[in-house]
Amino acid sequence: MATANVTSASAGRLLGNLRLPIGIVLFLGISLPILGIDQFVNALTLGAIYALVALGYTMVYGIIELINFAHGDVFMVGSFVAMFISSSLLGAEGSITNVPMLAASVLLLFALTIAVMALIGALIERLAYRPLRRAPKLAPLITAIGVSFILQNIIQFFFGPTIVTVPQLVPIEWSIQVSGSRVPLLNIFVIGASVALMFALQVFISRTRTGRAMRTTSMDRDASSLMGVDINRTIMITFLIGSGLAGAAGVVHGLYYGNTSFALGFQSGLKAFTAAVLGGIGNTAGAALGGFIIAFIEVGASAFGYGRWGGAVVFSLLVIFLVFRPTGLLGSHSGDRA
Amino acid sequence: MTRIADAVTGPFAPVRAFFRRHRSLGIFVGVALLSIALPLLTRVPPFDGIQSTNAWVNAFTTAAIYAMLAMGLNVVIGFAGLLDLGYAAFFALGGYTYALAASPFSGIHLPFWPMLLAGGIVGAIFGVLLGAPTLRLRGDYLAIVTLGFGEIVPITLMNADKFTDGVNGIGGIDKPSIPGILQFTLINPWPMYGLVLVLFTLVMIMIYRLEDSRLGRTWDAIREDELAAESSGVNTVIAKLQAFAVGASIAGIVGVVNAAKITIVTPDQFRFAVSISALAAVVLGGMGNTIGVATGAFIIYLFQSILLKQLNTLVENFNIPVLNQIDFLEFQYVLYGIVLVLMMLKRPQGIFPARRRMREFAPLKIGKGGLK
Amino acid sequence: MLKARGVTRKFGGLVAVNNVDFEIPRGSISAIIGPNGAGKTTFFNVIAGIYAPTAGTIELDGKKLISPPTGAGREPILLVLPTIPFIALAIYFLMAVGGDTGLVEGVASVAVALLGFVSALLLNIVRPAWYNRFIKRIGVTRPARPNDMVAAGLARTFQNIRLYKSLTTLENILVGMHVHLRGTLLGALFKTRQVREEEAAAEQRARELLSFVDLAGMENELASNLPYGKQRLLEIARAIASRPKLLLLDEPAAGMNPKETEEMTALIRRIRDDLGITILLIEHDMRVVMGISDHITVLDHGEKIAEGLPKEIRNNPKVIEAYLGRGAAAGH
Repeated sequence: MATANVTSASAGRLLGNLRLPIGIVLFLGISLPILGIDQFVNALTLGAIYALVALGYTMVYGIIELINFAHGDVFMVGSFVAMFISSSLLGAEGSITNVPMLAASVLLLFALTIAVMALIGALIERLAYRPLRRAPKLAPLITAIGVSFILQNIIQFFFGPTIVTVPQLVPIEWSIQVSGSRVPLLNIFVIGASVALMFALQVFISRTRTGRAMRTTSMDRDASSLMGVDINRTIMITFLIGSGLAGAAGVVHGLYYGNTSFALGFQSGLKAFTAAVLGGIGNTAGAALGGFIIAFIEVGASAFGYGRWGGAVVFSLLVIFLVFRPTGLLGSHSGDRA
Repeated sequence: MTRIADAVTGPFAPVRAFFRRHRSLGIFVGVALLSIALPLLTRVPPFDGIQSTNAWVNAFTTAAIYAMLAMGLNVVIGFAGLLDLGYAAFFALGGYTYALAASPFSGIHLPFWPMLLAGGIVGAIFGVLLGAPTLRLRGDYLAIVTLGFGEIVPITLMNADKFTDGVNGIGGIDKPSIPGILQFTLINPWPMYGLVLVLFTLVMIMIYRLEDSRLGRTWDAIREDELAAESSGVNTVIAKLQAFAVGASIAGIVGVVNAAKITIVTPDQFRFAVSISALAAVVLGGMGNTIGVATGAFIIYLFQSILLKQLNTLVENFNIPVLNQIDFLEFQYVLYGIVLVLMMLKRPQGIFPARRRMREFAPLKIGKGGLK
Repeated sequence: MLKARGVTRKFGGLVAVNNVDFEIPRGSISAIIGPNGAGKTTFFNVIAGIYAPTAGTIELDGKKLISPPTGAGREPILLVLPTIPFIALAIYFLMAVGGDTGLVEGVASVAVALLGFVSALLLNIVRPAWYNRFIKRIGVTRPARPNDMVAAGLARTFQNIRLYKSLTTLENILVGMHVHLRGTLLGALFKTRQVREEEAAAEQRARELLSFVDLAGMENELASNLPYGKQRLLEIARAIASRPKLLLLDEPAAGMNPKETEEMTALIRRIRDDLGITILLIEHDMRVVMGISDHITVLDHGEKIAEGLPKEIRNNPKVIEAYLGRGAAAGH
């Protein structure tokens, strides 16, 4: 009896460990024929963007338990910074066909935008959140809403309420053939770049000293402070990285869609947050997973003609998850800890 | 009754002591005096130069509507400590309830007065609908869910064009009337002014009574220490749900009045900015202080709709080259954000702190010094 | 009065309380002692309904109130099943948006569906008795929540005092009386005579309670302004305001000087003798425990290692080892 229990328990654990990869393979396997290759690639690309933004939410939440409402708008500002850099600094008006030239420009674009956004993110943390570290919970939340609103309206003030064109540096005509369908190289590049960034983040968190400090701080701030972790520095770095990733997402968004608007951050922010919750808030791998799931749902909805209800579906998903499984798909931070 | 009986001093001590005991009467007299004084004030320079008295009265009516909205939100945020970021959705639902019940679009023409109640009930139902699954969650999750709800309602109103006429909204909404005595019109702002002020008075009296009741104490307890409140026998979910329902039903009622006042509802009127402006009023006035919040709303409204507008005409008149290009009205949104951030950083208890919130936010200063 | 059978509580792999049987007779003063980390407070929290037990049951006054939750997997069904008509109608609504259903029918269908959904949710939150019976029949049991325990006649204080700091002492007591007040939302809005009379009576009783714990004259003092010792007294007064049959005190004498400790001991006796409330306490101060308790239970590593009269416990070798063994180890 006891042995049987042990065996079934370990079998269960094995199944539990394999559940995620099996689930992902199943999910992709089912959605590919349903969506068709074009929409499939489209969903993957959108998913990469959501995942990058969701990472920022989940990291900040993991470390200071604050829903950084302004994060979606940091992403939006990132897309405008990218627009400004590529059109004004690089002087690009459309795509660049010279390959070395293109590679240099894109690299520069990523580097500059990530740097600028990381600074802006850290600045927001320093000015708006740090003074409220010990304040009642409501205070930083309200501040975050305020920051979000300020960012949105500053951008609206300077760039207007309409959609702004962003130069698509990578030519959209370049593509490869996959089983009869044309897959643009741009998509492959976008997905590749995002996945590379996420991978780098995972390595950073698990292998470096700072990454370890971040993990211990998220588990118990006071204890890790006693262990000699510089809390302020760690939180600052979290914001640097999270905002940098949002900046990268901004670049990617511009390259892929060729436009942006001041309202981008609000909607995408909500979706990216849903992605973070879906994956288990505080869990970086979960955030990436959640981002892809949300994108597939959204693309699926519009593929079947319910595009304008996509937002409603995503939001319902958020509520359902918060109510029935607040720890998300991959767990981590307990959802209803007081 | 159970409040701290602060010693009443000063020149008007007997008067103030009287109104402390009879607060409902005090609110009634106060609002009545104010409602007479404000229009009189607009006949005096410099106010008479800005706009006609009728336009002023119209502006005051809108300000009072906005103030009611802020007071309702204050029940949720200030009393129960729940951050509701989708408050405009309930306002929208109230407005559309009346629009569907009394407009050429639906072809139904129900009388205005019972619809006030209906708006409140619709608001409360949706408040419970949103709150019931989410109020067991931690507070910051609630904030994001309400934010999403506030986004979904206008989207739905916009997309369900069969029922709401989409982006065009529903126009030609019936004006209220007292059959045989008084027909409200768009030209004459006074009847609406009177109606809104009566409602304002009622809402304020009701909120003060709630604050002093068993339920109000329960909200205080939950806000301060949820676990202790549960261990005092409070069913916290139900109490929070009640706060949510009260706030939402006030927004619903105000939505009906607002729809009747401007005779058109469109999804665009209920964007996120409306929720944020109400939040800004609550934060500015002082969370938990009903009169403070109403005043905060009044200040913000007058600032944005009079001062910024004036700035536009002023700059235009003087034809200052650079400033000429700027529409100062657009600043109102940045203003909300700045109010939220600055107040939280510099004066979290608001301009007119509620006695309780003042103490709650007090440890902030010690915290800054690194003391735990 | 209170019966605990086989109470176990695990946190992940850690067994905080292991198979504890426990009983306290009506009108007694009982104590739970044990070294730090013995699982005393966890046990308290299980009794008070804060943690659901992993195994075991708790009975108060012959009523089984707490047992491990069962059928949790079926709980979503309770919400989802009544929701299915709602979803069906919502889909109908979505279709109708593009279709040719009449406006009134569309709006009405959504309204009816929402009402159904709201009532399902409300039932799940309010949980009237018949609803609880119904869900029991389909195999779902839920342990009582802290507020249910208060309604059943249990009150508690906390180890680290948890007062409503920005409320006055009087208001703190009034919140404690919550379960015995009937004032409803509508009653408060219209300030009915019933509500006014009830509030006046409650205030009167709250004042009496304050003088019972020697806090008379401090009605309008903010709880946060009271000195530490008085905060403890206020927390006890708030707990007995719910007219409990059983009062749980978590280290009532912690951080007190000898004189205050003596007063606290006297107060605990008076609560039992004058108010007839059975008392269960956790305490580290052995003088308090030995002086006041009729019955002592000793926990160590989450297990009950001894119980009996104070003098039996004092000489129990297991107890001495639990304390001294731990102490000796700590000395190294």
